[in-house]
Amino acid sequence: MTRAIPLEAVLAVAAALFCIGLFGALSRRNLVGVLMGIELMLNSVNINLVAFWRYLEPRFITGPSFAIFIITVAAAEAAVGLAMIIAIYRTWNTVNIDSVDSLKG
Amino acid sequence: MDLLIQIIFGLLVALIIGAAMMVVTVRNVIHAALWLIASFFAVAALYLVLEAEFIAIVQVLVYVGAISILILFAIMLTRSSEGERLLTQHWWAAALISLGLFGAVLLPTLVGHTWNIPLPSGAPGTPETLSGVEEIGRGFVNEFVIHFEVAGILLTVALIGAIVIAFEERSRRRRVLTLSEEHILRQRQQATAERVSAVADAVD
Repeated sequence: MTRAIPLEAVLAVAAALFCIGLFGALSRRNLVGVLMGIELMLNSVNINLVAFWRYLEPRFITGPSFAIFIITVAAAEAAVGLAMIIAIYRTWNTVNIDSVDSLKG
Repeated sequence: MDLLIQIIFGLLVALIIGAAMMVVTVRNVIHAALWLIASFFAVAALYLVLEAEFIAIVQVLVYVGAISILILFAIMLTRSSEGERLLTQHWWAAALISLGLFGAVLLPTLVGHTWNIPLPSGAPGTPETLSGVEEIGRGFVNEFVIHFEVAGILLTVALIGAIVIAFEERSRRRRVLTLSEEHILRQRQQATAERVSAVADAVD
């Protein structure tokens, strides 16, 4: 497997996925869309960790363990973020990020 | 064999990148969530190509099974008029930042860096020894035990926090009547209407 695909190819895929997720998180107007972009970014970090484990340190488990921890953090972040979105929707009756600007001053 | 793996890898990369592009560009949020699920599945398949079976299963269980369902529920609970615009005013700045990050920072770094990949040990042709789920389980009770406990506390705190944030007080909740309650209410209204008309007849 490591002969067929160079490490750089996997890392380039993860980098592209990260940049797409960053664009989504910065530019979507819908709050749920922002959260989806963040999920894409976390996914790309996981691809990086698994690729480094497979190519550089296949005997150690640091890569997969931290991938599992990142999945845990992503699940917690999604739960709290979606609860906040529902609370914001209840108060402002909107989920567009440019209408929720009462902290702007 | 190598060619087959390369073809599979190319198809998976096309699916991952294409689905992610659809997630950030498609107008309907529900469609974006469905494309996100496709992207998660493709990433799980990429983990299988990278021979990390346990991470692939966890990816399908947690991302496809839990997070996307949460996202779909949040979309359904917050349906509203989204307005004309899909992206924020300064979306071109965000596009510039992400394109610049990819083209000017990430790609030159990872191509220019020399990765010292260790040569496969053992006789040629034999499969490499990979650490599997057994080693992960052992690591969680030995060297990563603190991380494991912290992850448990984090999940508890996130659970409580999500409930506290999304909780709605009973007095402010919009009351939705059940069918039997609606029936009783209608009977009571009819009774009062009849009594009022009877009183009016008596006065006459």
